[in-house]
Amino acid sequence: MKLTVNGEAHEITAATLAELLAALDYEGNWLATAVNSDLVHATERALFQLKDGDRIEILSPMQGG
Amino acid sequence: MIELYGTKLSSRLLLGTAQYPSPAILADAVKASCASAVTVSLRREMAGGKGGEKFWSLIQSLRLHVLPNTAGCHSVKEAVTTAKMAREVFGTNWIKLEVIGNHDTLQPDVFGLVEAARILCDDGFAVFPYTTDDLVVAERLLEAGCRVLMPWCAPIGSALGPVNITALRSMRGHFPDVPLIVDAGLGRPSHAALVMELGFDAVLLNTAVAKAADPIGMARAFGKAVDAGREAYRSGLLEPRDLAVPSTPTIGRAVFQ
Repeated sequence: MKLTVNGEAHEITAATLAELLAALDYEGNWLATAVNSDLVHATERALFQLKDGDRIEILSPMQGG
Repeated sequence: MIELYGTKLSSRLLLGTAQYPSPAILADAVKASCASAVTVSLRREMAGGKGGEKFWSLIQSLRLHVLPNTAGCHSVKEAVTTAKMAREVFGTNWIKLEVIGNHDTLQPDVFGLVEAARILCDDGFAVFPYTTDDLVVAERLLEAGCRVLMPWCAPIGSALGPVNITALRSMRGHFPDVPLIVDAGLGRPSHAALVMELGFDAVLLNTAVAKAADPIGMARAFGKAVDAGREAYRSGLLEPRDLAVPSTPTIGRAVFQ
């Protein structure tokens, strides 16, 4: 399945958003996720089904003004 | 003491957390400033990365109010989604709402700002809109549900200080009961003191402290300036006049002939 994760193309097998995070070694309760520009809550990741072409953003706290 | 969306803050200085030479200097600068709240953002995390965790731990150790921003968002959709992601990560409904309209000046897209503010206020956010000093836009933001306004005084990071004092005075006069925070463009502690003397409720700044030769010293200086400006405003400033008026009593003056 072709996915775009944080702007980079990935060819990866992951049925759900939670599986994708695990496959790419993302972990921690400080992460926020969005798929195709919509928030996916942490509690929904295990059931959130990914499909070919999805665009995923994985964000974390950073310095800001 | 200032109250924003029902939360009482001990200091009228809100400080950004970006561009400091090191995390340790950031922490010491925040402490030296006596700021009551700090701004943070969300950015892409690398696979397996722990940068976000370290930064978030540092911020949590400061035990201050956290004001996440939507910096860099150029559309309503981007800003709204970023705000929702921030609420989940930072555990606050506060959001410094930025919808940028121009790459060069970083001035807000006020049309998108009002639209995003309405969506987020309806969704339960406490919206701190980064806006201009335009009174009509301010009205629209209040109608959308904002209870705090954050006008710029100059472009972000410019250090120009208040470039349109008349507009700031007008804004203060038109919205006497709305908390007004000057956000962006402050370069010197005297700039902060000046806007506080005009009656603004607080200031939010970042670059002027973070990029100073000594950020900790500059943070302390801004903290003092904010306090001084506020106390001066509350104490009643003398209006300027064109003619000299002697301060020493003229009655009883000796006459030597």
